[in-house]
Amino acid sequence: MVDYEQLLSDRVKIVKPSGIRRFFDAAAAMPDAISLGVGEPDFETPWQIRRAGIQSLEKGQTFYTSNWGLAELRSQIAALARRKYQLCYDANTEVLVTVGGSEAIDNTIRAVVSAGEEVLIPEPSFVCYTPLTQLAGGVPVPLPTVAEEQFKLTPARLRAAITPKTKVLILPYPNNPTGAVMTRDELEAIAAVLRDTNIIVISDEIYCSLTYGPERHVCFAELPGMRERTIVVDGFSKSYAMTGWRLGWALGPKELMRHICKIHQFGIMSAPTTAQFAGIEAIRTGDDDVDHMRSQYDIRRRYLLGELRDMGLSCFEPQGAFYVFPSIRSTGLSSEDFCERLLQSQQVAVVPGSAFGASGEGHVRISYSYSMNHLREACTRMRSFLQTL
Amino acid sequence: MMENPEKLLDLLYQDARLTPAQLAAMVGASVDEVTAAIRTFEKNDTILGYKTVIDWDKTAKESVTALIEVKITPQKGMGFDEIARQIYSHHQVESVYLMSGGFDLTVIITGRSMREVARFVSEQLAPMENVLSTGTHFILKKYKDYGVEFDPSDHDKREVTIAW
Repeated sequence: MVDYEQLLSDRVKIVKPSGIRRFFDAAAAMPDAISLGVGEPDFETPWQIRRAGIQSLEKGQTFYTSNWGLAELRSQIAALARRKYQLCYDANTEVLVTVGGSEAIDNTIRAVVSAGEEVLIPEPSFVCYTPLTQLAGGVPVPLPTVAEEQFKLTPARLRAAITPKTKVLILPYPNNPTGAVMTRDELEAIAAVLRDTNIIVISDEIYCSLTYGPERHVCFAELPGMRERTIVVDGFSKSYAMTGWRLGWALGPKELMRHICKIHQFGIMSAPTTAQFAGIEAIRTGDDDVDHMRSQYDIRRRYLLGELRDMGLSCFEPQGAFYVFPSIRSTGLSSEDFCERLLQSQQVAVVPGSAFGASGEGHVRISYSYSMNHLREACTRMRSFLQTL
Repeated sequence: MMENPEKLLDLLYQDARLTPAQLAAMVGASVDEVTAAIRTFEKNDTILGYKTVIDWDKTAKESVTALIEVKITPQKGMGFDEIARQIYSHHQVESVYLMSGGFDLTVIITGRSMREVARFVSEQLAPMENVLSTGTHFILKKYKDYGVEFDPSDHDKREVTIAW
């Protein structure tokens, strides 16, 4: 008999299987359930972008690209950063095209974190940062954020968490699952804490196109002195509804990007060529599509927020991404119990806040990347559920 | 008065069944403001009515819709508007548009059968004094109307139904 446990590396054993998996499996096994649990757009990729992918296949463009990605795509990405943030990145040495934003995060952590070094991770947040840190031999350090502070990272919490071993700060804004965004002033306060340190920032800005407040998204690298220590992670998945294409990018100083690309080169070779051709079209012609999708999300966001508050749930107003993160504390249930009971009694699936870190307890994440009809039906059922409690 | 009452029209155009409370949440106004704005729009004929999008092919009701291109010669004392009025006054006529290009009016008409539509064209429309010619196109299938797709293939195609 093979002892598989013994075969596993120490690092992979540290990564704990998620307890939430059981709930996800139960939800997925109910095909008639109404899910508000996805983390991807409901829109199909805009047609002209799909057509660009198809045309590249018709022309036989089926080969590897440069490790860094297609030159035309990299210059489009660099131009996008210039247009949106007035940030200059050299398309040849500072732009890496990756397999989604996740690969960019993974490669960056592996490129900069040595064994025992600490990675600061604001929570609640997307779940990849902790396991990727552990796999790199680093030590994840959660930084809890709270509804009372709009789930923002505060300079005080950051300062208190910094130790001589701190190597990386993850900045996951606009945030999944809370929908929190950080303003220029708030980011400036974070930058002020970092300025005299040697901490690298991984700014996961995958939801940057989906913000709903009056101010545009601020890229962390825009702030004085931050470009040189920040890897900006972005991608096509959320902005252009291209999750299945698996295409993202990282921007950063060439001294770091060279090494991040080294990992990409040996692990991945190059991002999918078809997706890269589609990505060029997305940046060139996708602005109107992004605006349209954002305005639809905004309508649903306002609707859902209104309904949840009307049901008596306290709900922080999310300003980004496509999630709301209401508190369910008033029900007296834990977030996992709430979700289990909602699923069993009304066949509505939402995600327990605790899945995104301990500080998510007492909340649930509800996605509004669904049609209005779907949201309306789900709200009717949630209302019935709450009345039975 | 609310800030951007036109936003209400966009929302109601998408879904006329939204309640004032839901609309208020969606545009960031009070229920009273929304109710007042809608009443104003109704009074000044900006909102002319509320209808339902129906796929009649799913029902037992037989009906035929035709799009008719109409060329007309306006005469003295009778402009396009008056001729259009004479046409749209027929209860079978659903829509009448004044067009640029090769013909003057688009007339959309629904009847119980092709024969009924044909009879309307030959007996009512074509003989009108100002009507020069008509070209009748029967609509074979509706794919999308009023921004609503008729094909139920818009099922959620996402593979993952719940995730982080």
